Amino acid sequence: MNLEQANRRLFLRLALSALGMFGFGFALVPFYNQICKALGVNSLEQRSSIPVSRQVDPSRSITIELDSNAHNLPWRFRPLVNHVQVHPGELATVEYEIVNQRSAPVTGQAVPSYGPQFAGEYFRKLECFCFTQQTLAPGETRRMPVTFVVDAKLPRDVNTITLSYTFFEVAGRGGKS
Amino acid sequence: MSAVVDGHGHGHSHDHGEHPGGYGGIMRWITTTNHKDIGTMYLWFSFLMFGIGGIIAVVIRAELFSPGLQFVNPDLFNQLTTMHGLIMIFGAIMPAFVGFANWQIPMMIGAPDMAFARLNNWSFWLLPFAATLLILSFLMPGGAPGVGWTMYAPLTVQMGMGMDFTIFAVHLLGMSSILGAINIITTVLNMRAPGMTLLRMPLFVWTWLITAYLLLAVMPVLAGAVTMTLTDRHFGTTFFNAAGGGDPVLYQHIFWFFGHPEVYVVAMPAFGVISQVIPAFSRKPIFGYASMVYATSAIAIISFIVWAHHMYTTGMPVTGQLFFMYATMLVAVPTGVKVFNWVATMWKGSLSFETPMLFALGFLFMFTLGGFTGLVLSIVPVDIQLQDTYYVVAHFHYVMVAGALFSAFAGIYFWLPKWTGRMYDETLGKIHFWLTLVFFNMIFFVQHFLGLAGMPRRIPDYPLMFETWNKVSSLGAFGMGLAQLLFLYIVVKCIRSGAPAPQKPWEGADSLEWTHLPTPAPYHSFETPPVLK
Repeated sequence: MNLEQANRRLFLRLALSALGMFGFGFALVPFYNQICKALGVNSLEQRSSIPVSRQVDPSRSITIELDSNAHNLPWRFRPLVNHVQVHPGELATVEYEIVNQRSAPVTGQAVPSYGPQFAGEYFRKLECFCFTQQTLAPGETRRMPVTFVVDAKLPRDVNTITLSYTFFEVAGRGGKS
Repeated sequence: MSAVVDGHGHGHSHDHGEHPGGYGGIMRWITTTNHKDIGTMYLWFSFLMFGIGGIIAVVIRAELFSPGLQFVNPDLFNQLTTMHGLIMIFGAIMPAFVGFANWQIPMMIGAPDMAFARLNNWSFWLLPFAATLLILSFLMPGGAPGVGWTMYAPLTVQMGMGMDFTIFAVHLLGMSSILGAINIITTVLNMRAPGMTLLRMPLFVWTWLITAYLLLAVMPVLAGAVTMTLTDRHFGTTFFNAAGGGDPVLYQHIFWFFGHPEVYVVAMPAFGVISQVIPAFSRKPIFGYASMVYATSAIAIISFIVWAHHMYTTGMPVTGQLFFMYATMLVAVPTGVKVFNWVATMWKGSLSFETPMLFALGFLFMFTLGGFTGLVLSIVPVDIQLQDTYYVVAHFHYVMVAGALFSAFAGIYFWLPKWTGRMYDETLGKIHFWLTLVFFNMIFFVQHFLGLAGMPRRIPDYPLMFETWNKVSSLGAFGMGLAQLLFLYIVVKCIRSGAPAPQKPWEGADSLEWTHLPTPAPYHSFETPPVLK
């Protein structure tokens, strides 16, 4: 095999491995999702299936502060109350309201976050509008519940949990979901 | 660039007819497939980018000279820090070492040229277009991306058009690097002179071979990451967009899978240059040649399993933090092997301290210091305190500037006589070294203090208590900038009117370009392979 052929062969192999690494970058996406699932991190939008200690602890009272944001969305999005008091282990429901102010249907996805961050793992959502994408007709108003239990194992120094939702528009869906 | 054309005119008036196609003037540079011409273009391009990135750095330091907002608004400040990082890494340091590779690798292994000469030309000419795109992004509505050189989502998904320019620029830069890497690997593996076995290659060639493999493995991953950002921005995908179930932290993982090996892409050719310079001025062969090769390979392999030490604060499980902490500390072992080998090379050598050696010693001291602060930062609880402070800024400038840049200066002074046929001005070179050394430490040593005191990076304004050290740092930056004008003067003076250099100006240099080629190196060298004993 002469030099030119050898060079060409090596070029082909190296170019293919570069292409393979480009694909590897994309393969990291499902890999990452699986790792997160296996380790139980990043499960904000999933329904809680972990058994919760439902032993109501009436000696403690936790303030749940409710917050809402719409990110670049023509929606008015707010909780009906600003805060509620619950006992750990007690089932509670709060309601949010969204109004689509655009004259076209819009699809959005809510993403929750918690303050303090670690309180999230003690905050079990049994029902939440954030489990699915929401599509609103032009001008539609919708009230949506969040049903939750605060795990009785919540560390004793936490007295207030802020639950904050941000609605993002699901681009390219044009209201179809 | 005209200076170099002149330089070649002086050096080779007799062999002008040898230029392929016989083009003169600018067409010679556009059409050239000669590794020496292309190496020269890489080096001048990177110096130009170094100037632009440097001017941006000076503006940043001018803004930080005093608390409050003086010259630039916070938005522009973010754009400037982003562009400073991108231009210096992708425009200045990487092309500089590719320039060295082009000039030196064929001469050091006894090959007539790079394996794919025309591809080599194309790899270079992608760069000016990439740089233009990058700089044009300042003129777009919304300005250049102000997202930091790491281009983290979700900010990148929200930025204006400047972000798209940057993404395409990164694509072009990545393509250029990948093609360059393929070229270098093929040249080194297939075109060595008979008798030049792998374990007889100069260490500069070895470090570049390993670097090229790193580039091949990680540049496509970066291309993937910015492609995902692009499709998130315009084509409704949701890799990083939380609305559709994407995750911004995923971007950080993909980016740093590229980003950490990238650190060694920058550092390893620097190691290679230092491994040529120190033995030459110690008049001794390198100590522990084989262990140098294995240490370099070990660093390259470990670099793939440490990326998440950039992400300790993203909320990863403690097991993950521990794994990445120990893996990161492991890097210190092969790096230590290299540092000790350099020191042992000097041990009982007959040392002399010409400018290249001075820069190599500056590298040795300060790169090691940067390595130590890296070890400090690898410790999870410490890093959580120091994350995104000026301590981190000081750390990576010690490895990037005192590491890569110092070694590039060492390499330029070392090989300039061989390239141009003329000696640089030794006195001025030494002045350049001492100015650079003092001003460099003035800028960055004090930033350790700022970081430990809690000053965050990427802010245009800061509390009054940080003022003193920021003033020192800014003054250092102005001095450092001016000192580099002296460097330009030294190089131009050398090319135009330096004293003629002998074939082997450095007594201890022993690789093929010194022992087998006249000075200046002829336009076409080793068309028949040299005979190695």
